[in-house]
Amino acid sequence: MSTRLRSALPYLGIAAIVAYCLAPFYWMLVSSLRRTSDIFDSGPIPSPLSFESYTAAFDDRNGFLRSLLNSFIVAGATTVLVLLFATFAAYALARLTFRFKNAVLALIIATSMFPGISLLIPLLDLFSDIDWINTYQAMIVPNVGYVLPLAVWNLTAFFRQMPGELEEAAQIDGCTPAQAFRKVILPIATPGVFTTAIITFIAAWNEFIIALSVVNREELKTAPVITSQFTGTTQFDSPFGTQMAAGVIVTIPLVILVLLFQRRIVAGLTAGGVK
Amino acid sequence: MTAVADPPRSRRRAGTGRLAAALVSPTLVVLGLVVAYPIVSAVRLAFYQRNDGVDPETGLLETGYRFVGIDNFADMVTGATAGRFLNALWNTTTFTVVGVAVEVVLGVLMALVMHHAFRGRALVRASILVPWAVPTAIAGLLWNWVFQADGVANDLLPGPAILWTTDGLQAWFAVIIADTWKTAPFIGLLVLAGLQVIPQEVYEAARLDGASPWRQFSSVTLPLVRPTLLVAVLFRILDTLRMFDLPYTLVGPGKDATDTVTVLAFEEAVRFGRYGPASAYAVFLFLYVAVVAFVFVRLLGADVVGARVGRNR
Repeated sequence: MSTRLRSALPYLGIAAIVAYCLAPFYWMLVSSLRRTSDIFDSGPIPSPLSFESYTAAFDDRNGFLRSLLNSFIVAGATTVLVLLFATFAAYALARLTFRFKNAVLALIIATSMFPGISLLIPLLDLFSDIDWINTYQAMIVPNVGYVLPLAVWNLTAFFRQMPGELEEAAQIDGCTPAQAFRKVILPIATPGVFTTAIITFIAAWNEFIIALSVVNREELKTAPVITSQFTGTTQFDSPFGTQMAAGVIVTIPLVILVLLFQRRIVAGLTAGGVK
Repeated sequence: MTAVADPPRSRRRAGTGRLAAALVSPTLVVLGLVVAYPIVSAVRLAFYQRNDGVDPETGLLETGYRFVGIDNFADMVTGATAGRFLNALWNTTTFTVVGVAVEVVLGVLMALVMHHAFRGRALVRASILVPWAVPTAIAGLLWNWVFQADGVANDLLPGPAILWTTDGLQAWFAVIIADTWKTAPFIGLLVLAGLQVIPQEVYEAARLDGASPWRQFSSVTLPLVRPTLLVAVLFRILDTLRMFDLPYTLVGPGKDATDTVTVLAFEEAVRFGRYGPASAYAVFLFLYVAVVAFVFVRLLGADVVGARVGRNR
């Protein structure tokens, strides 16, 4: 192998990885920008460029705008609640010494391994009994339970990285453990909490099976559910362009988050979570 | 584990224990309500069936549940729908075995490439996160579009058009391809993190001993990233065993080639309202997942807790 080829090899590899990751997403973008009449074109650039599909996606009949709002409500509320609970728990698990600590941690990790469907069916039964079907809380509460373990690990990893002398110093200055947490630890942990917030939000935004199961009223469905249920103007017309446009819009907030905070997200994912 | 300095222990203990309990209990309460209660309830439901007949004595429509013993489980493996269940179990298992194997090989390759590239890291890191960030349900729709009869996949492939999204082995492949696209980069990311903590001196020593690149990979790299890889593989396996979004939006429910146990249980519960049989499927899946996790942790020594929270110490 010539030396030139050898030195170019890593770059070819990089190019292959970037193409592998982005090509399908690029295809979604390109397809969403075609006219309905040339949706089956296979050229790499849409010509003529058309926003027809985007107009169609936001057509009142689809309720797509409302579903975006629903997704923001569900993912936002989930993120706030998860952060609240997880910050407390992770602090205790990372920095306090108490009995059963490892057992509690193992228990929390174990819950993330449970298959969602085993939890969903009884919850569905319960929600029918207490009239929670077609409510936001029926989506938020199970979601909190599913994302919480992930957030607890992430934050535990972050809290552990901080130097051990912090609380000591706070105690010498006369802080109680609770004050040390509030006044010393929390401000320093902000980057970790922020990263966990992004990862939690993405996980909650992408949730599908709960939202699909506990809600059947159009005006409460989340964006991924609505997008998967788009129907064409006629029964035999599959609205691919509209679906791709909606898919792009559902994904764009996440892609922006990823571009802005890639370094932090990678650090957060590799330190604490695998999902 | 406890590198946190504990100076005057006696003075700290009383306050600490109570504080820890107060801090951990909200999380435990939530997990108890949303995870522990449903599991117990699912096991109970799996022994019941909803009444749907007419009471022979009163002529009224029956409501509520009745205890049916192990009927739901017996029907699952020997009843009229046993074929569908065993088929879904087969799909779930093959998706997991084949999918995760392909993803791990591709992911490790990606990690090696990224590890040896010195330029373009930011670009690669951003693009590798895109498949991870795309909602799985949307990814299913995207690949459904790619795999349409006159879609781009058939345009690029030679030969007659393949009906990917209908049913059959090609639909199974379509799901594997979509799943690989979405998760292999992520495994790459995790393995890369594992590679980056291997000290350079280890490789220098291996080179001095005359180890070939392949030998360096198999005798140095692989054993050292094994803990990271094992945990990543375990969590990918558990994720794939409960696969739902991709087969549901890419191919659709009710297809022999791609229905997973979760799709089947979802259909029973949400579409037909048969919570009893659906719970039997769900309880079975729960046990299946538990056994796989147990085998991984016990036999292969996947250090889940340590790898997840202790790696950066």
